Amino acid sequence: MENKLLEINHLYTSFRIRDDYYAAVDDVSLTVNKNEVLAIVGESGSGKSALAFSIMRLHNRAKTEGEILFKGENVIGMSDSRLNQVRGKDMAMIFQDPLTALNPLMTVGEQIGEALFLHNKKLDKQARRTKVIDLLNQVGIPRPEYVVDQYPHELSGGMRQRVMIAIAISNDPELLIADEPTTALDVTIQAQILDLIRQLKQKMNAGIILITHDLGVVAEMADRVAVMYAGEIVELADVETLFENPQHPYTRSLLNSVPNVNQQQDKLHVIQGIVPSLALLPRKGCRFKDRIPWLDESTHEADPVLREIKPGHFVRCTCYQHFHFPKEEEVDQSDLS
Amino acid sequence: MTFLEINDLKVHFPIRGGIFNRKIDSIRAVDGISFQIEAGQTYGIVGESGSGKTTTGRAIIGLNQITSGQIIFQGIDLADKKNKKIDFRKDIQMIFQDPYSSLNPKKRVLDIVAEPLRNYEKLTKKEEIYRVAELLEKVGLSEESIYKYPHQFSGGQRQRIGIARAIALKPKLIIADEPVSALDVSVQAQVLNFMRDIQEELNLTYLFISHDLGIVKHMSDRIGIMYKGRYVEEGSTDDIFTNPQHIYTKRLVAAIPDINPKNRAKQKTFREEVQKEYEQAYHDYFDEEGLAYDLRRQSETHLVALPERVN
Repeated sequence: MENKLLEINHLYTSFRIRDDYYAAVDDVSLTVNKNEVLAIVGESGSGKSALAFSIMRLHNRAKTEGEILFKGENVIGMSDSRLNQVRGKDMAMIFQDPLTALNPLMTVGEQIGEALFLHNKKLDKQARRTKVIDLLNQVGIPRPEYVVDQYPHELSGGMRQRVMIAIAISNDPELLIADEPTTALDVTIQAQILDLIRQLKQKMNAGIILITHDLGVVAEMADRVAVMYAGEIVELADVETLFENPQHPYTRSLLNSVPNVNQQQDKLHVIQGIVPSLALLPRKGCRFKDRIPWLDESTHEADPVLREIKPGHFVRCTCYQHFHFPKEEEVDQSDLS
Repeated sequence: MTFLEINDLKVHFPIRGGIFNRKIDSIRAVDGISFQIEAGQTYGIVGESGSGKTTTGRAIIGLNQITSGQIIFQGIDLADKKNKKIDFRKDIQMIFQDPYSSLNPKKRVLDIVAEPLRNYEKLTKKEEIYRVAELLEKVGLSEESIYKYPHQFSGGQRQRIGIARAIALKPKLIIADEPVSALDVSVQAQVLNFMRDIQEELNLTYLFISHDLGIVKHMSDRIGIMYKGRYVEEGSTDDIFTNPQHIYTKRLVAAIPDINPKNRAKQKTFREEVQKEYEQAYHDYFDEEGLAYDLRRQSETHLVALPERVN
C-alpha cells in the first residue's frame, strides 16, 4: 500500500537478565500509515516503551530480531551512518520527561539548532537562529526571541515539553514517536500539547505513534489503537470499535478501572494480581490467564494468536468469548504476596 | 462542631537576598483559604502544580509553618501557640504521593509500620508483631511480609504499606496527597477502592489532594478548586461538575479528556468556547495581579470567587 510508512514484522526485543535473554517485545507486528495516529496502550512493564525504543534503535544492549521497515528500509540492519541520517530527520521522538531529556547546560536555541545543523550543514548561524525562533513560535511558546537564549531550568514543564516537540519536528519528520508526551503535565497544558500534536499531524501529513497509559488521551487522539500486555499485542482496532466494542478481557478490565467523569460508580474494577516480571513471564498459553482465574482453563487457547474477528479488529486468544466480570464469590480478596 | 475548620490560612515562604540575606519578598504559596470538613466525609482539593494544594495539606499536619490563620481541629486551634503542647499527630496522619520514596528502603515493613506505635504506645515485641500483622491484613498483605523490605513490593503494595502506617494509630483525619498519581491505572483502582473501604470501617475523614479531576470526583463529597494559592470555587461535587461558575473551573473541566471517541468534535467546540470566554472575560474573573477574588456565596453549598457586582 502506498500509504504505509512503517511496517513492523515479528519484532522481538530481548533484554539480558543474568545469562538469558527475555523478550520484552514478543512477536509484535504493526503498521503505521501516513496521517495516522496509532496509540499503544498498556500498563508499565507491558513493553510499549521498549517497542518505541526499538523502532528508533535506541536500545543499547538489547537483542532485536525481526523487521522494522521504515519506508521499505529495514531499520535493524541499517549502518550507523545511515541511521544518523534517518534518525532525527525522517523519524523523531518526543520523550516522556523533558527535564532529563534536555541538556541542562545548553540553551534552548542551541539544542534545537543542533538538531537542525546535524541534518543540514549548509545552514549558517543566522539562518539557524531564525529557523529556531520560527519553530518555537510554531509550538506556541510566547516571546520566542527571548526564550531561545534561556536554559531548560528556567522554563515550566509545559514549556520544556514544547521545546522537546520543537526539536522533534525541526526537520519535518514523517514518523513521530511520542512516548507519554503529557504524563508529567497538568490537564490544561495537556490539552494544549495534544492539540499541538494534532495540528502537526494535519500539517505535515505525518504518522504518529502515541504511547500512553491514559485512555482518555487515546480516545481523543488516536485513529487506531493497539493494546499491549506482557510484550504482546492483545487487541488492535480502530478507536471507535475499541471503546464501543472492546473484546479482550484486558482491554475491558482497563476500561472499567478508570473513574469516569460522566457517571458515578461505586466501585472501580480491579485487575487482580500484577504484571509478571520479565523473567517470570509464562511464555506458553494466554498471558492474561493468571489475572482472570475465574475463567475456565478450557476457554483459553493453547497457543493464542492474534485473530481478525471483524475487518480491522484483531483479538488474541479465545478467552474473550467467555469473559465476564467476576461475581462476588469469585473475587479473590486476599492478594497475598 | 465542625470536625476541621480552616480559617483564612496563609503560608508564605520568604525570598531572601540583599546584603544581609534579609527577607526581600515572599512567595504566597497559600494566600487566605478557608473551608470546613465534616466528620466521615472526603474533601477534595484540586489544582495545577504550583497552586498550593500540597502546601495546604502539609500546613495542616504541621510540616509547613503557617504564616497566619486558624486550623481548628475538633474545636482546638492547632495554629495557636498556646496549644503547641497538645499532640494532635496521633489523630492526623498523612499518605504521601510517591510510595517509592516515602518508605525507608533500609527498614523492614515491621519497622516502618510499627514506628508510630513505638512513639505512642508501649508494646512488647510480641504485641507489636501481632498489631503490625493485623494492620497488614487490613490492607491485604500477608503476615510474612513483615520481614521484607520495601523494594520487594510492587507500587500498589507499597502504597498500601504507607496506608497501614497511616492508620496504625487509628487517626481521625487522613491527608492523602496525590495517593495514586504514581501508580498504574489498574493499581489506582485497587488503592482507591481500598481507601473507601477503610473509610467506612474506621470512620475516617479524608482530605484528598489531587490534580486529577476524575479521581477527585470519584472520591469526594465536596471539592475546592485552587489557583495560585487561592480558592476560585468551592462546592459539592455536583455543583462543581454540573454547574461550574468560575472560568478557571470551566477550563479544568473542559480539559479532561473524554473517554468516548465519538464526542471528539463536541469536546473540541466546547473547549474552543471556553477558551474564547476565557480570553474575553479574563478580567471579570481575575484582578490586576492575575489572582482570584474573594469567594462569594452562590447557593447553600456553592461558593465562587467573583468580584463585587457593580449594579
